[in-house]
Amino acid sequence: MAFTFAAFCYMLSLVLCAALIFFAIWHIIAFDELRTDFKSPIDQCNPVHALVLPEYCIHSLFCIMFLCAQEWLTLGLNVPLLFYHFWRYFHCPADSSELAYDPPAVMNADTLSYCQKEAWCKLAFYLLSFFYYLYCMIYTLVSS
Amino acid sequence: MSAPAESPHPAASARIPPKLGGASASGAAAPAGPGPAPHQQNGPAQNQMQIPSGYGLHPQNYIAPSGHYPQGPGKMTSLPLDSQCGDYYSGLYTVPTQNMVTPNTANQQPGAQQMYGRGPPAPHIVGSTPGSFQGATSSTSHLHTSASQPYSPFVNHYSSPAMYPANSSVASQGFPSTCGHYAMSTVSNAAYPSVSYPSLPAGDPYGQQMFTSQNAPTVGPVREDSFPGHSTAISHPAPLPPPPSHQYHQQQGLSGCNTLSWSASGLPSAQDNLTRNHTGSLATPNSNPTNTVSDSLSCPVMQNVQPLKSSPVVSTVLGASSTRVPPAANRPVEPVASVTQPSELLQQKGVDSSSTTSSASPMPNSYDALEGGSYPDMLSSSASSPAPDPAPEPDPAPAPSAPQPSKMAKPFGYGYPTLQPGYQNATAPLNSGVPPSSPVYSGFQPYAQQYPGMNQLSSSLGGLSLQSSPQPESLRPVNLTQERNILPMTPVWPPVPNLNLDLKKLNCSPDSFRCTLTNIPQTQALLNKAKLPLGLLLHPFRDLTQLPVITSNTIVRCRSCRTYINPFVSFIDQRRWKCNLCYRVNDVPEEFMYNPVTRSYGEPHKRPEVQNSTVEFIASSDYMLRPPQPAVYLFVLDVSHNAVEAGYLTILCQSLLENLDKLPGDSRTRIGFMTFDSTIHFYNLQEGLSQPQMLIVSDIDDVFLPTPDSLLVNLYESKELIKDLLTALPNMFTNTRETHSALGPALQAAFKLMSPTGGRVSVFQTQLPSLGAGLLQSREDPNQRSSTKVVQHLGPATDFYKKLALDCSGQQTAVDLFLLSSQYSDLASLACMSKYSAGCIYYYPSFHFTHNPSQAEKLQKDLKRYLTRKIGFEAVMRIRCTKGLSMHTFHGNFFVRSTDLLSLANINPDAGFAVQLSIEENLTDTSLVCFQTALLYTSSKGERRIRVHTLCLPVVSSLADVYAGVDVQAAICLLANMAVDRSISSSLSDARDALVNAVVDSLSAYGSTVSNLQHSALIAPSSLKLFPLYVLALLKQKAFRTGTSTRLDDRVYAMCQIKCQPLVHLMKMIHPNLYRIDRLTDEGAIHVNDRVVPQPPLQKLSAEKLTREGAFLMDCGSVFYIWIGKSCDNNFIEDVLGYPNFASIPQKMTHLPELDTLSSERARSFITWLRDNRPLSPILHVVKDESPAKTEFFQHLIEDRTEAAFSYYEFLLHIQQQICK
Repeated sequence: MAFTFAAFCYMLSLVLCAALIFFAIWHIIAFDELRTDFKSPIDQCNPVHALVLPEYCIHSLFCIMFLCAQEWLTLGLNVPLLFYHFWRYFHCPADSSELAYDPPAVMNADTLSYCQKEAWCKLAFYLLSFFYYLYCMIYTLVSS
Repeated sequence: MSAPAESPHPAASARIPPKLGGASASGAAAPAGPGPAPHQQNGPAQNQMQIPSGYGLHPQNYIAPSGHYPQGPGKMTSLPLDSQCGDYYSGLYTVPTQNMVTPNTANQQPGAQQMYGRGPPAPHIVGSTPGSFQGATSSTSHLHTSASQPYSPFVNHYSSPAMYPANSSVASQGFPSTCGHYAMSTVSNAAYPSVSYPSLPAGDPYGQQMFTSQNAPTVGPVREDSFPGHSTAISHPAPLPPPPSHQYHQQQGLSGCNTLSWSASGLPSAQDNLTRNHTGSLATPNSNPTNTVSDSLSCPVMQNVQPLKSSPVVSTVLGASSTRVPPAANRPVEPVASVTQPSELLQQKGVDSSSTTSSASPMPNSYDALEGGSYPDMLSSSASSPAPDPAPEPDPAPAPSAPQPSKMAKPFGYGYPTLQPGYQNATAPLNSGVPPSSPVYSGFQPYAQQYPGMNQLSSSLGGLSLQSSPQPESLRPVNLTQERNILPMTPVWPPVPNLNLDLKKLNCSPDSFRCTLTNIPQTQALLNKAKLPLGLLLHPFRDLTQLPVITSNTIVRCRSCRTYINPFVSFIDQRRWKCNLCYRVNDVPEEFMYNPVTRSYGEPHKRPEVQNSTVEFIASSDYMLRPPQPAVYLFVLDVSHNAVEAGYLTILCQSLLENLDKLPGDSRTRIGFMTFDSTIHFYNLQEGLSQPQMLIVSDIDDVFLPTPDSLLVNLYESKELIKDLLTALPNMFTNTRETHSALGPALQAAFKLMSPTGGRVSVFQTQLPSLGAGLLQSREDPNQRSSTKVVQHLGPATDFYKKLALDCSGQQTAVDLFLLSSQYSDLASLACMSKYSAGCIYYYPSFHFTHNPSQAEKLQKDLKRYLTRKIGFEAVMRIRCTKGLSMHTFHGNFFVRSTDLLSLANINPDAGFAVQLSIEENLTDTSLVCFQTALLYTSSKGERRIRVHTLCLPVVSSLADVYAGVDVQAAICLLANMAVDRSISSSLSDARDALVNAVVDSLSAYGSTVSNLQHSALIAPSSLKLFPLYVLALLKQKAFRTGTSTRLDDRVYAMCQIKCQPLVHLMKMIHPNLYRIDRLTDEGAIHVNDRVVPQPPLQKLSAEKLTREGAFLMDCGSVFYIWIGKSCDNNFIEDVLGYPNFASIPQKMTHLPELDTLSSERARSFITWLRDNRPLSPILHVVKDESPAKTEFFQHLIEDRTEAAFSYYEFLLHIQQQICK
């Protein structure tokens, strides 16, 4: 039993993953509020925007840590989402100051349902990875 | 919209129809959130009032009348009728004039009387003894109401006009409340919805009747007989107790006779009015009751109307009556309010003033629908009345517009039709039932008349054949490659939904509301199979000639989905109605039980809301987030060197000076001006200054308002200063050397200025913004203009304008952009300021006030329309549809605030919208679907109003039926909107492919459903036969064409227009109309305002139709071309153009001279007729065959081959090839 760098990575990512889960839930609630008319997209998109960049940063941090810790399997699991985030980040309207969610466009039913689905998928992914990290953390702590 | 959004816009497939279909899955992932339940309705108003406050008022006010009126209703019921009458008269009617009421009212009430068991002839018999009859009527109604209703005392009054004809609004409007009766009647206005009916201005029968009521005081001995009855009573010229003969005459008059039968009577003017009234309202059997009622109710409207009328009687009367306008204390605002709109409308329409040509209405639901009595009467007249035949009555109407039978039978869904026949018997003998129609009414009427006729024919055919063996016309297979003349000779009419006649009659006008598929497929799978786009095309704020305006305490709406009650709901019984959108069963509020039009109680299904699919409600304060804003106009003007050089300021200031008084608004109207070059100039126009003060802010990085209070000033208080400024402005900057333009900072300042109130900002810009925030660089590469591959920069270069627009939208400010530019100005970026703030965009390429006179003239005309047209502020529009359908994309200028709510800072009558729909749940358990748009806005007079349109369409389960119901024009407009989105989000070539694929997919899908066809031919159903032609036209449209040199701004402007033009105008833009005008004849001509307008047949857009001997007119929506052939008849050139021969026609000619020849008159009246009602007043170009300008003309001949694009036949072959692949 040893406290390796990998174990540290897993512990840290465990904590941060909780934050990501929180972000995802926030997104889900935000889009749901939009769908049910509780809020104006302009009001709603601003806080959502504020969360997008931190989320991307945290997730990139995971990938870098796992790369350093040489946890290839975990890295492999995270890379697709990383690429998705990159793609999304660089595929933004005009100034890219708006990041993913454009108030005039977000209410388009297609866009909105897409955003909702994305948020649910991310929530599922983060939840699964949370337990996976937990397992891996214990595994690395115990095995070495 | 960012990258992943690509998947909603499946660029990959580049096909529009599949995409449409694919939306069904959306929302599947909807979480377990609050769900769809809490639909907040347009704004703040959610609570349905359980008890209308009006009722609360009643008891108090009722006191007054009850003083005069000692018998309680209960007591009356126990009395025998005759004695009761006696009581009535002795007790109540002390003033002689009041007694005059009786005969008239006797006629008014036959329905009510009948309802309680009188035989059909009763009115006649009793009519001869008016007194007793009246008593009978009133007492019967007493009986009824007191028996059944807790509210009976009040209700009684209103429902029996004989006693207290509830001419509430007359009373409240016309006369100061001087006595007890008065107080009561004004309250009744408050309590019961008063329906004013701003209908046909000219022949409005109500208008006439109103005079009579206004005349009353002069006639009646006692002026204080403000007793509401007087209005009807006095119009009856007979002295008190009218002799039986007289009574008879009156009935005659009612039943269709006009003036003659009245000749015995006393008062010429009143009589005149009344008779006109009768002729006008002949339409409905119930005409009298409804007439008088609505007359009284619509009184205020008519007051405004009158000045427009030509009748001298009218105007004098008006003069007399208008002095007494002060509204009654109880209800000061509302009745007056309902007035305003019609008058505006009328002014805009400039309607024909002859009063006798009245009541045939362009819309199928006209008065009679509003009056609420017509169709059941017809029913009863044919079913139960002893002498139903309308023949005996002389029919003054020149031509009956609608065939009688069409007025029969009730729309299904009314739960208790059994009540009606008995109810209506009495009126049957009176009725002639045919709405008199005037052939010479307004421009569109003749069409409207032909049109229902045709529709009825085709639809009844369709209705038969859809179920049975012969195929409907719309399904007739057409071999496109064989058919040489695919374009019909007459304009293409929208298909009529295959509904039963009543629903058809009630349905919304296709001008306001159209669906691409008039037969809605039952499932998404079926829709996918048909490969057609499903969506709605809306023109919600269109100028209407008639619109029922309803003032009511309770606006009846579904409690769960907040749908407004509409003609397509079903009444389960008298007390409950079932929502047609969500199927919830709702209670009918007490107030709704009373019908202000027929003044009867217990007929909720006859309320105007249920009889008209387009209505307008005056909303209560529940529908306000804040007090209604005043009209606020801010003009932001570019005064850089470029702008001064172009010289638009002169035209603008001139137009403003001319139209300053016509700007829509009330006494609170505010106006302000800003100019900008590299600095921003504000103008202090505060009242009291001797001359306008110019304040210059040069800090454009951090703009501030120098004096926030005095920049937007009251138009009326500071009018002189404003005029001074407008006179001085064109010359103030003549020597400027400033070339920069700080548009962004100016807009920021404008936003700051407007944000406390909201309103309209009109921005005039002449070049690329070059300073401060929002500066733009030139992005156009002139060498790429005719590129066939990639067209770049269709999207905005910066988010600045979009963000600004969103901020503005949040503060209820709309930004309208006038771009008058000679070079590239990046409209793609600038347009964002209008797109998201619900503004509008005008573009005048290469504008110069002297070098380009046609553009200058166009600007002038556009400004006139722009400044004077109606405007609605702080508007929201919600679109609802039957459960199972959902909207997923909106097109137009607005900000989407929620899945079905559009936020519109301003709404103008020229704005169109499109909505894409998807079918989320199968519609198997319903045979009808409905769509409802509700536009809540603040009128320029500071009222909150809700305009509601409801459209009803059938659901079908077979693919053939879906094809039978395609509205090809609506489909093409929706496709154009989708293609604009696609070209911005993806690329132009993608959009073009998608358009071609739309044709290929739908035609091949049709081909596969029809098995017995030879597959070598290109077969389309008749309903879709124009589809390929229109798509080809779209591909050659400026917005989507490639290979032809097109300036980027022109292209972007065309796209903006596609997005925000209503369908009628957009179709002209896509597919112009070509007419040959050198041989106009009166054959098939229509009459508009005393002018004969020839109707030449449409020619197809091909050079093969152009002969050198002819002259042709092409109507492209915003521009007209007259092409003169080389060997055109010299007579024509001389008679119409005013030149001796072809050679002497000048190159630039933009007007037809007013020559006194027949052919000139015909040509001019035809062009004027085409010009009417265009938002963008078209300019006329006379193009000679050999002039260089002819390329402009020839590029619109879309059926011909160009160097870069297919001819129509080649396009068909191309499609065929694609299908066979």
